[in-house]
Order: sequence, then structure tokens, then C-alpha cells
Amino acid sequence: MWNWVISILSDPNTRWILLGCLLLGFSSGIIGSFTFLRRQSLMGDTLAHAALPGICIAFMLTETKSIALFLFGALIAGIVATFGISWITRFSRIKQDTAMGIVLTVFFGIGVVMLTRIQHSASGSQSGLDKYLFGQAASMVLTDVYVMGGVCLVLLVACLIWFKEFKLVSFDPGFARGMGLPVGVLEQLILLLTVIAVVAGIQAVGVVLVAALLVTPAAAARCWTDSLALMVLLAGLFGALSGAAGTIFSTFVPNLPTGPVTVLAATVLFAISTLFAPRRGLLARKLRSIQAKSTYMREEQATLQLSSTQPQTQKRGEM
Amino acid sequence: MINNTNTTKQALENIDNELPGQGVETASSPLRVSNLAVAYHKKPVLSNVSFDVPEGQLIGILGPNGAGKSTLIKAVLGLVPKMHGEVEIFGRSYRETRRRIGYVPQRESVDWDFPTHALDVVMMGRYGHLGWFRRPGKKEKDLAAHCLEQVGMGDYMYRQISQLSGGQQQRVFLARALVQDADLYFMDEPFAGVDATTEKAIISLLEQLKRQGKTVLVVHHDLATVEEYFDHVLLLNGRLVAAGPTSEVFVEDTLQETYGGRIAMIGSRAGKGQV
Repeated sequence: MWNWVISILSDPNTRWILLGCLLLGFSSGIIGSFTFLRRQSLMGDTLAHAALPGICIAFMLTETKSIALFLFGALIAGIVATFGISWITRFSRIKQDTAMGIVLTVFFGIGVVMLTRIQHSASGSQSGLDKYLFGQAASMVLTDVYVMGGVCLVLLVACLIWFKEFKLVSFDPGFARGMGLPVGVLEQLILLLTVIAVVAGIQAVGVVLVAALLVTPAAAARCWTDSLALMVLLAGLFGALSGAAGTIFSTFVPNLPTGPVTVLAATVLFAISTLFAPRRGLLARKLRSIQAKSTYMREEQATLQLSSTQPQTQKRGEM
Repeated sequence: MINNTNTTKQALENIDNELPGQGVETASSPLRVSNLAVAYHKKPVLSNVSFDVPEGQLIGILGPNGAGKSTLIKAVLGLVPKMHGEVEIFGRSYRETRRRIGYVPQRESVDWDFPTHALDVVMMGRYGHLGWFRRPGKKEKDLAAHCLEQVGMGDYMYRQISQLSGGQQQRVFLARALVQDADLYFMDEPFAGVDATTEKAIISLLEQLKRQGKTVLVVHHDLATVEEYFDHVLLLNGRLVAAGPTSEVFVEDTLQETYGGRIAMIGSRAGKGQV
């Protein structure tokens, strides 16, 4: 089997796809950690779904199929969506989860309507836009890998430079603002980095599933460590591992889509983490409670025996 | 528990020497609020609040739930927008003086399952002094460790914050405010949900801050301890009912005006941590 894998990897096209998915998983995992800790896991999903109309409009305006243009459209749509969410939460009594639900479905609905129109038009049937729903990693070419590398570098550098600010804003935004940090700007920056990661991932994983790459590796990483720096790094590694596993499996087995398999690989990692992580895992917790119970029983028994052998002292103690 | 005042002072003086101009005494009042009004969703929470705060005193902010006590602090710190009015801190705007301000938010305002330990949370208090691009180093770590020891948490430095009890979490927040090395402190219900030992530790810490010439404003609920703890009180109920020395202001008339007929209830509900 290993020979087979190596022979596949000798194909340069597959190597690019593998590298692209790896970089994509890594960068999504890193920025996803902050999204996850800020309890904005749904935000990634909203941004991804909102990207669809952006891609469609980019195509309708230019009538050309250019990845860079699509990404630009998706970025604009994502920014409009975040403004929509903050506008709804600020000017009505609707909470953020509901606002995200509204924006997600409205944008996706508009996107699907546009996509259907494009598919039925003469120029559109060849556009390959439908691939953006579930992604097609196989369509990645060398320039896409460069884009992934660039995105990965930008996210990594941003998280390194502003690590302490991102940490404080994620943990205690009120205190951060009291200290004079521009919390609003930093929150928008985290959001912008999330949009970039999501948009970069759409081609490979698709708008429907790309949010999983933000959330799942971060949730898995949280199980293993109580240090933010380690968690961010682990989330990146888990994401990269999922991307690699997705590519290899879909190349190995015919008719297996890369994006969904990548998401499934991340989910397997998450399942393993929640079950078997040393301190926060379900198994460890169960073991600890059994252990605590048995120690308690043993001590209880010991005191019982002690009191039966020394009935007089016990009696005196009670009085 | 809190007996190493000398070393603290030295540590704090060292910081002052390194950052010239920070500890310079000014003649202006530490906090002057004039005609402040704050509204959430167009409904005014505070209106026409004006007061001056004397330097170097412990000041209690009192009032029933929903009186706007937390809102007052948040408006002063710029955490919620002001509808109207001016806030001056040491005679200047908040923006110019924010390094002289320390803040202890309500304990429930953060997620304590965040992946970090007590020492790391306290170090966050130095981020404002560090500025952009500089990472906390040994100096910040030593200062943070020292402040944790001051609040009696020296043994819990590397404890994951979710593993701390409510009182210990409150002390971590206090230590984080101490490490800010401020001249004016705002504390939003530091006594909420803590046991008697922690409450004593906190109050002796506040008295220590006062001896160092710092001004501390504390949102407080337990009317029974007001006279014991505070030199000066602000009574709030959507507006400022009274402000002044505790002996003059903390009297039945003004309390009746602040709490209405609910005054008997307040004592038993103290410490529930709701505003």
C-alpha cells in the first residue's frame, strides 16, 4: 500500500493538491482556534455560505472563470455578511446566533438562485461553478497552491504578531477595552483573517463544508492542552493532517471526494480527542470518577473499621 | 497573607522609575464626572450624574439592581457609549490616562474554561504597558507572580483557571488589576460570591492600596459592611442620589431615596452579583 501511496505522490499534480490541502488545513486550524474560543464557531459557516453569491456575482459581471476573481467576490460577500450580522444585532433585539442564522440562509438562498440561473445560461454551463458547493480539490493547480501558501503565511504571521492581543480579546474583551486596546479593530481583524481562511478553503472543500475545517481541529486540539499557544499549534497540525488524509484517501479510493473526506478525517481526529485525551477526554474523566469513588469507599471502610475497633474513643468523640 | 508591603512598594517604584511621568501627582481629582447620561436601546440607564471623587480613598458605589452601577464604571472606562456628559480622570481625558487605571470586571463576564493558567491571566494586566509587538518576558512574569502572592494565590500560579474556586478566580482578577500598577481602580463587585476569608483578604488589600495613595471605586451590595469598608459612597438609582463621605451620606433618608421600600430586602440579597 505504501508503494502505491508513494507512486501516487510521484505524480506532481497530486503533490500540489496534497500540499494545498495541507496548507489549507493548517491555516484554517490556526485562525479557527480563535473563532472557537470566541464562541463564534457558526461565524465561519455563515461566512462560507455568504461567499456563494459573491462568487456568482463575480462570474456574472465578468463572464470569466478566474479563481482570483471568485475569491475576491467571496471576500466582499463575506465582509458584507459580517456587517449585516453586526447591523442586525446592534439595531434590533435579535441575538447574534439568530442574526447569523438569518444572514447565512439569505445569502445562501440568493447564491443558489444565482447559481441555477448561471447553470442554465449558455456561458454558465461550462463555468464549473457548481463545484464550489462541495469543492473539488482535484481542480487545484500550481498557482492555487501558491495562493494557499500565501494565505497560510499571512495567517501565521498575523497570529504571531498579535498573539497576546488576540488572546486578551478572546478571553476578556471588556478588560482589553478598559486597557485601551482597540478591541473593535482587533475583532474585525480576526474576522477578516477568518474570511480569508474560509475563502481559500472553498475551492477544495466547498461552501457547505469549509466551516468544519475552522471548528473541528480547534475543538479537537482544546482536548489535549490547557495552553493557548499549544492549542493553536495543535489545531494547525490537526487541520494539516486532515487535509493530507483527505487527499491521500480520495486518491487511493476511486470516486471519493477530497473535501468531504478531509472533513471526515478531521471529525475522526475530534472523536479520538474527546474520547482519549489525557485530562479532558471522556474516558479519562470516567476513570477519574471511578478512581475517586473507590478511594472514597476505601477510606470510608477504613474509618468504619477504625471506629469498630475503638468504640470508646468514637463514642467520646460523638459526645 | 498580605504582609510583604515593602517588597511590593519596591517593585512598584521600580516600574515608576522606568516609566517616567506615570506616577506624577496631579492636583486634579482622580475622577470627575459631569452630566453623564447613558442609554441602552434608547432607554436611559443613567441620567444627569455629576460627582467628584477625592484622592486616596475607598469609594463604594451603591444602589439597587438595575441602578446603573456597572454601567457607570463601563461608561467611565469607555466600554459603553456615553449619550451625554464628560468624564475627566486626573484632569485629562480617559484616553490620555488609561495607563493609570486598573479594572476588575465582574467575574462572570469571562469564560473560565479558556486555555490558560492563573499567572498568564495576571500577566495580561501588563499588556497595556508593553504596547504592540512586545511580548511579556521575565519582568512581567516576576511582577505577575508577586501580585499573585499578594492576594494569597502564590501556590496556584500554574493552575488552569477553570480549576480555581470562585473566590480564587476573583483573586486572580484582583492580582491582574494590581499588576496594572494604576492610581485609580474600578472594581465591579469584587465581593460577589466569595467566602468570608476571601472578603477579608480583598478588603485588607484595598486598604493597602489606599495607604499607597491609590483611589479605589468598588461596586458593592452588602449594606451591612459599607460603613466599615468605605470612606466615601456614591448612591445611585438611575441618577445620583447622593455622593460624599460615608458618615454624612450613608444615612436613612438617602438610603430610603435610593432603595425605596426595598431596603430590608437588599441586605438578604447581598452578594448575588446582579446589577
